[in-house]
Amino acid sequence: MLKVENLYVRYGMIEAIKGISFEVNDGEIVTLIGANGAGKTTTMHTISGLLKPASGAVLLDGTDITKVPSHKIVSMGLAQVPERRRVFAEQTVEENLDLGAFTRKDKDGIKKDMEEVYELFPRLKERRTQLAGTLSGGEQQMLAMGRALMAKPRIMLLDEPSMGLSPLLVNEIFRIIKDINQRGTTVLLVEQNAKMALAIASRAYVLETGKITLEGTGEELARSEQVRKAYLGG
Amino acid sequence: MSAFNQFLMQLINGLNIGSIYALIALGYTMVYGIAKLINFAHGDIIMVGAYISLVLLGTGLPWWLVCLLTIIACAVLGVVMEKVAYKPLRKASRISLLITAIGISYLLENLFQLIFTANPKPYPGFITLPPIVLGSITISSNYYITFIVSVTLMIILNLFVQKTNMGKAMRAVSEDEGAARLMGINVDTTISLTFAIGSALAAIAGILYSNCYSPINPTMGSLPGIKAFIAAVLGGIGSIPGAVLGAFILGMVEAMTKAYISSQFLDSIVFTILILMLILKPAGILGRNVKEKV
Ligand SMILES: Nc1ncnc2c1ncn2[C@@H]1O[C@H](COP(=O)(O)OP(=O)(O)OP(=O)(O)O)[C@@H](O)[C@H]1O
Ligand SMILES: [Mg+2]
Repeated sequence: MLKVENLYVRYGMIEAIKGISFEVNDGEIVTLIGANGAGKTTTMHTISGLLKPASGAVLLDGTDITKVPSHKIVSMGLAQVPERRRVFAEQTVEENLDLGAFTRKDKDGIKKDMEEVYELFPRLKERRTQLAGTLSGGEQQMLAMGRALMAKPRIMLLDEPSMGLSPLLVNEIFRIIKDINQRGTTVLLVEQNAKMALAIASRAYVLETGKITLEGTGEELARSEQVRKAYLGG
Repeated sequence: MSAFNQFLMQLINGLNIGSIYALIALGYTMVYGIAKLINFAHGDIIMVGAYISLVLLGTGLPWWLVCLLTIIACAVLGVVMEKVAYKPLRKASRISLLITAIGISYLLENLFQLIFTANPKPYPGFITLPPIVLGSITISSNYYITFIVSVTLMIILNLFVQKTNMGKAMRAVSEDEGAARLMGINVDTTISLTFAIGSALAAIAGILYSNCYSPINPTMGSLPGIKAFIAAVLGGIGSIPGAVLGAFILGMVEAMTKAYISSQFLDSIVFTILILMLILKPAGILGRNVKEKV
């Protein structure tokens, strides 16, 4: 479904991504783990079209989308839950969800999906008229996920959804990611919480300072000496 | 005239000039909210609107068609201005944007001076209705038409921004452009729309202003433009209700100063208010204290 080929991304003179390749197949949960500054967010932004690569390709169902404007990528079926959630703080929960469905025209479908999002996150339903900026961190994460679901994506990108959440909430978020995947959405998950991410991933890649240094199934990487030392605390 | 009636007249004056400032201030504040840019050429759109409507009136078209065509022409001008002058500079420093804006302002003023000369041209008060008589005071239609039209437009604009998908998209872009892109919002379209709406409102302000204060000249837009900018800053630049509030406060202060303090020092008093405001409450009355985005 999604294939990244020999991607290079620069910020001015700094080369943040140095020729990475990976793929996400239909129905999979694929995770990209790596330390601070490894280039995870840069990769996610490039896939969504917020950044243009210096070279390389991002193929969505075989079409190169590196020259497609970001707003069209969403209607091609790719949505992203950005790092630090970035909900629209001055709009209500419901307005945020409406914005998630911005590219869609099917009013009935949107209504149905909103009910589904509220079913998945009952707390959002209780707070539907509340400004998103007044939600707790966990609720904002749920809203950011619900908002991405409203685009009815075939593939969903999540950038560190567990950041700053309590262990209990982290479990809840990962359970929901699995649930979203089981309902038919392909998932690309970026995480520093390698343990949880590897536990739900079909396949995983390790990103280190702009290069992919290791890949395998979630289980394989969880057992690998290198990963255990660097990311799982021994 | 009794002291009370005189006060009432000043109140009406204040509302009138306040509603003109509000129409202009909305353009400043919306463009700033979305493009983070002070469009100093915005005031000149008022002048462009005044001249276009004057020329169209000369052709004998019905008044409503004159208004409509003027509004469309100014909206197009606003969009073209953004595409040609500002869009290529979107990643440039604020100072280059500011210089560009001042440049466009001079360009427009000089262009119209070239076409119409610097001599003031009389503007026919073409929108008139019977005056309203309230006891011993008479309100000419210029005053209440301006007020009613402005307030109606502000209500429509508010509904648009609050309720429609495009309005939500505009607010989203103004809050976090990157996140808005991730929603599938076309930021370029949103910016164009903002310039179009702002310029359309300025065109209407130009017509209403000229309708009240004939004659017109090529630099007529700069002072009301600056005053409206002050109103927008006073209310909190980026905030729509703030711009309206700031404009009415400024209109009132102006009317009262003129009547009771001094018409000579009017503008110095207005600028003093701006400076005091910037010192005491830099974000404006209804402005949010946003940290600069990184
Ligand atoms: N806007 C920018 N300008 C210049 N350099 C940047 C910019 N954004 C990121 N970088 C650099 O690119 C590299 C990769 O950053 P990136 O944000 O992609 O890392 P990350 O893996 O997401 O890290 P984290 O886990 O902390 O979110 C870092 O060295 C960072 O300093
Ligand atoms: Mg990151």
